[in-house]
Amino acid sequence: MTVIDTRGPDSGKPRVPLIYNPKVRGIAFQVLLCALIAFLVWEAVSNAADNLARAKVAAGFDFWNHTAGFDISQTLIEYSTASTYGRAFWVGLLNTLLVAGLGIVFATILGFIVGIARLSTNWLVSKVASVYVELIRNLPLLLQLLFWYNAVLKALPEMRDSLVIPGGGFLNNRGLFLPQPTFHHQALATLIAIGLGVALAIAFVVWAKRRQIRTGRQSPVFTVAMFFVVVLPGAVFALTGFPVEFMFPEKGRFNIRGGIEVLPEFMALLFGLVVYTAAFIAEVVRAGILSVSKGQTEAAYSLGLRPRPTLRLVIIPQAMRVIIPPLTNQYLNLTKNSSLAVAVGYPDLVQVFAGTVLNQTGQAVEVIVITMAVYLIISLVTSFLMNLYNRRVMLVER
Amino acid sequence: MSDIATMTDANLAFVQRAPIAPMRPPLTEAGAIGWLRKNLFSSLFNVVLTLLCALLVVWIVPPMVKFLIVDAVWDGATRIDCLPSPQRPEVGACWAFVIERLGFFTYGFYPFEERWRVDLFFALLAVGIVWLAWLNAPARGLAAINFFVVVPILSYILLLGWPAIGLPRVETTQWGGVLVTIVVAWVGIVVSLPLGILLALGRRSRLPAVRLFSVIFIEFVRGVPLITVLFMASVMLPLFVPDTWSPDKLLRALVGVALFASAYMAEVVRAGLQAMPKGQYEAAMAVGLSYWQMMRLIILPQALKITIPNIVNSYVALFKDTTLVFIVGIFDFLRAIEAARIDPQWATPVTSTTGYAFAAIFYFICCYAMSRYARYVEARLAAGDRR
Repeated sequence: MTVIDTRGPDSGKPRVPLIYNPKVRGIAFQVLLCALIAFLVWEAVSNAADNLARAKVAAGFDFWNHTAGFDISQTLIEYSTASTYGRAFWVGLLNTLLVAGLGIVFATILGFIVGIARLSTNWLVSKVASVYVELIRNLPLLLQLLFWYNAVLKALPEMRDSLVIPGGGFLNNRGLFLPQPTFHHQALATLIAIGLGVALAIAFVVWAKRRQIRTGRQSPVFTVAMFFVVVLPGAVFALTGFPVEFMFPEKGRFNIRGGIEVLPEFMALLFGLVVYTAAFIAEVVRAGILSVSKGQTEAAYSLGLRPRPTLRLVIIPQAMRVIIPPLTNQYLNLTKNSSLAVAVGYPDLVQVFAGTVLNQTGQAVEVIVITMAVYLIISLVTSFLMNLYNRRVMLVER
Repeated sequence: MSDIATMTDANLAFVQRAPIAPMRPPLTEAGAIGWLRKNLFSSLFNVVLTLLCALLVVWIVPPMVKFLIVDAVWDGATRIDCLPSPQRPEVGACWAFVIERLGFFTYGFYPFEERWRVDLFFALLAVGIVWLAWLNAPARGLAAINFFVVVPILSYILLLGWPAIGLPRVETTQWGGVLVTIVVAWVGIVVSLPLGILLALGRRSRLPAVRLFSVIFIEFVRGVPLITVLFMASVMLPLFVPDTWSPDKLLRALVGVALFASAYMAEVVRAGLQAMPKGQYEAAMAVGLSYWQMMRLIILPQALKITIPNIVNSYVALFKDTTLVFIVGIFDFLRAIEAARIDPQWATPVTSTTGYAFAAIFYFICCYAMSRYARYVEARLAAGDRR
């Protein structure tokens, strides 16, 4: 009743009680939400402080410089039991990046092959690819990793009866042993030649493209680029007298000395991740290619393009636009899934840092926060870079 | 007419009066040979590919069949039956081991005399799922309430026990095997859908604070691996609550899985919301519906309908992800397999492979059934849009 009375003669619209004003309601709701979250956070923090103080766990990041005192089976940088927890963190992080980087490369190759194979007109090829994709996608990755590690790699022969790989390698249940190349200082010339070759190839590609736009004349881009990238460094390598020496692993009675040792944990993890992610990438690739309508191919043919240029200039660029965003997601999934290393005992970030370091220091909050931050940063940086690339590809669209 | 006919008849030596039977297609173009030529050997490249694939199939399939079926040991009481012997030099999968441990794989350490409760839980759940998933089922409106409200409450009482009505309490530490896998997956499913919808709405809200918190939560959870979320739930959650609470170990994992699944569900639902034409929102607002009325009556029914296949697919991912609770020490199905596989009582060279094969069959059937269902719903929903 009072609402009607207070309606002023000069204001045209009806006064509504504050509670029905959408703006006020919105602000009130947000204030409530913020208060609730602030309360929860404050409650959690004070509880954590109490609980930690009672458990006499140190707080802060001092542990970073304390001696770790445990060993790690695979280290890309120098590390010993006398190293610090901080050093252990870097070792774990590099191991994660190693397996994720290699995994991404191999999974992309396998995934593209399988994805294209599924679209093949060859009945057997497409069926084999479909069975692979359906089977792998419907089994948990952890089960696959355990299978590769425990049922396949651990079932390999003992050290004594190692399988001999042609070219001087050994394979047994303690890992894969490969010859290790050592380069002499003359190899530096080859390195320079590779850099020069890549630079020249890029320059040539740019020049050829400009010339084609200006005059319409095409150049043998692929052949020339291959010459710069492969033949030139190869020639330099031969001229400097093949400055490389291989250190072959030698089989003793109980162990194998020398060469590169690839841990079975690493092999199982890499293989499992590649096989699993490739099945998902295959689906992404298939969907991308199918998304380009048939009219595009027909239009290209009617313009007189041959099948090869059609694929290269018409189909692939448009398919890539659809493929890139989900492909990025698969790369991120692979990186995050590499944390399953902990199940097979590969010393990645989670196993070393969120496992051993956490158990030794008991500083759960700090350790988990750092671990999560690392994955978050990797995720954000990757999606940032991929978005940049995506934007460049997208520009073609009108 | 007849004139011309007679005339031509007279002038020509031969007239074909009946239609000639069509020529048979060349042998190389039709039938089995034609199919083979077209689909397998159309070019040199395809011949090579076909041969390579055939080699691959021959290399994998016969040994697998031999191991899993032909050479398999179906009955036996001890590991001796699964060891190579002079009568049986090559031993395949040791199914006797799986059969003997089936109870352990299904119930874990659940007390033997109380196992009927787990069976009843499975039955309740199966009825709930069939009712919900069968698109022509009677009273489907009730099916959702049954699945998301009634069954959870009943199961909670049934599995954990309620001494007042004569069900002795069974601690979650005694749960295990398929039971735990199903419980984790199902709690994830039941919690993630409503929470995911709320988060998706929050992310598209006009209120900046709501949007900000939703975005932070979703992007944070999606940016980190499930293992770290589980570690956080199992190590940090007890720190965040008053020390008198000390949440149950299984509960901690459930919280982690549910939060993780919600973030992914939110993105799936958001895609559905974005697919709604703007006119739907405007029409709803034009007839004077409030925000919640608009969402409940107009937007969500349509958006969720088109997202059903994706929701089911994210349930498949969730089901596979439940295996990760194994790493934080929950006794799920995979963990039961791991424990049984290294049990010296059944130690044979084939025990591990058999255990993994059994786990693979279980997970494959569950996940494949779900993805087939997603595809079936997708096809049925698309029927309306087909012209």
